[in-house]
Amino acid sequence: MSTTLPAVAFYLLAFAALYGAISMMSTRNVVHATVWLLEVMLATAGLYLVLDAEFLALVQVLVYAGAVAVLTLFTVMLTLRRREDAVRPFPTAWGSLAIAALFTGAMLLAIRGFCPVGVEMPAIAPGIEEFGRELFTTWMVPFEVASLVLLVALVGAVWWTGGDDR
Amino acid sequence: MSPALATIVKLLSIIALMLTNGVFMIYLLRKVLGHLHIRLGPMHVGPHGLLQTMNDVIKLLTKEDLTPRIADKALFYLAPMIVFVPSFMAYLALPFSDTLKATSLETGLLFTFAALSVVPIGILLAGWSSGNKWGLLGGMRSAAMQIAYEVPLLLSVLPIVMISGTADLGGIVDAQAGTWLAVVPRWFITNPLLWPTFIIFVISSLIEANQTPFDMSEGESELVGGFGTDYSAMKFGLVYLSEFSNTFVISALGVTLFFGGWLVPWLPMSWYDAVPVLAPTVFILKTYLGIVLMWWIRGTYPRVRIDQLMDLGWKRLIPAALVMIVLTGVVDKLIVPLFTGAVS
Repeated sequence: MSTTLPAVAFYLLAFAALYGAISMMSTRNVVHATVWLLEVMLATAGLYLVLDAEFLALVQVLVYAGAVAVLTLFTVMLTLRRREDAVRPFPTAWGSLAIAALFTGAMLLAIRGFCPVGVEMPAIAPGIEEFGRELFTTWMVPFEVASLVLLVALVGAVWWTGGDDR
Repeated sequence: MSPALATIVKLLSIIALMLTNGVFMIYLLRKVLGHLHIRLGPMHVGPHGLLQTMNDVIKLLTKEDLTPRIADKALFYLAPMIVFVPSFMAYLALPFSDTLKATSLETGLLFTFAALSVVPIGILLAGWSSGNKWGLLGGMRSAAMQIAYEVPLLLSVLPIVMISGTADLGGIVDAQAGTWLAVVPRWFITNPLLWPTFIIFVISSLIEANQTPFDMSEGESELVGGFGTDYSAMKFGLVYLSEFSNTFVISALGVTLFFGGWLVPWLPMSWYDAVPVLAPTVFILKTYLGIVLMWWIRGTYPRVRIDQLMDLGWKRLIPAALVMIVLTGVVDKLIVPLFTGAVS
């Protein structure tokens, strides 16, 4: 396959992700902001697909779009007393722009230090079998540490909401 | 045929299948529920009311499309699409036969679940954007239920992936070919190790498909119509078409995972090549059998309460599913090789 089709897909998805991110920060309605966030997540999943990272794209949809976005919407809707409250009390665009610029700078430095830009893609993207083997052999300890961190966050959240005793 | 054209033909035929399913399933639902309730269901339009649904479709298409004054207009229009598109995409990985499938994905199982997991967002948005409390409550319930039960549903299919060694739905069907001791078909449902898994799968999939006894999102006795209260005309049609099509997809998944997909027991493989329509017909028939079973449950049991449902999901099904994964791993990778001497 020529490189044109992935390039077109990449630019469309990149535009969708950036436009979604900007709209998310500039809209005053928090529910709309969550929907834009969802759009960004889906566009990111599409970018993974362009990179042949099929598994990563599906997990992105399943976890971020399917669970995190729903939870965010859920929290937003549960904390709103009236629909009029769905409006941000102050504009966040400039502050978020500053944070985004800082973050992009930091990431750019980190990535440049990590590997040279323009790494060649492997001829065949590894499938889930290779991925799983790699994850459970080479990356076993980091994987378990990550799941422990999530467990701690979960226990913390349960403690935070308070049981019947507290 | 060029690849692009083939893709378009595939997508169009999936849309056709989805619409046909919708029309037929509404009729079937009315008839099945009717007979379960010892009444006749639709009888007047066409023979045995067969054309009733066609009338309903025309009605839906020509009805006035109302938008409530206080609705959040943009989201009110967007929500039915967010509900509809993922349930359309969920068809893409289903294997109707060895060759007849829209895509052959190594991660087909995960793809179907990923597509279905987006549906609750649309339902939640539909409930919120219509700006009435019944809609919001219905949407909230539905989203809470479907998030909660996605976890046991995903966990419950992992033992099958472990045994068959692939997450490709076609591969899972291939792993079920043949017979045990030349008598019992090697479908996964005949494997006693997977029976608890099957129960977890059935309960969670009934919830994912939003079927009674777990359809709290639209409990008409307490929530008017739930998330769909304010929808009319074709937007209502899209929301419900997607619900029916999710039922079909979930049932098709159950058939693929546990009942050998398009396989007929004891039939040699050469038959499928000789009669190309055999496999898809068998697959669709099995799927419809599964759907009728789901509706049998629907017509028999009353709704459960939402807090009981949440307890069942988080406190019982998820731990049970986790135990089944560990058990399958131990049995399949440690004990079975001990007896057969094979190291898989």
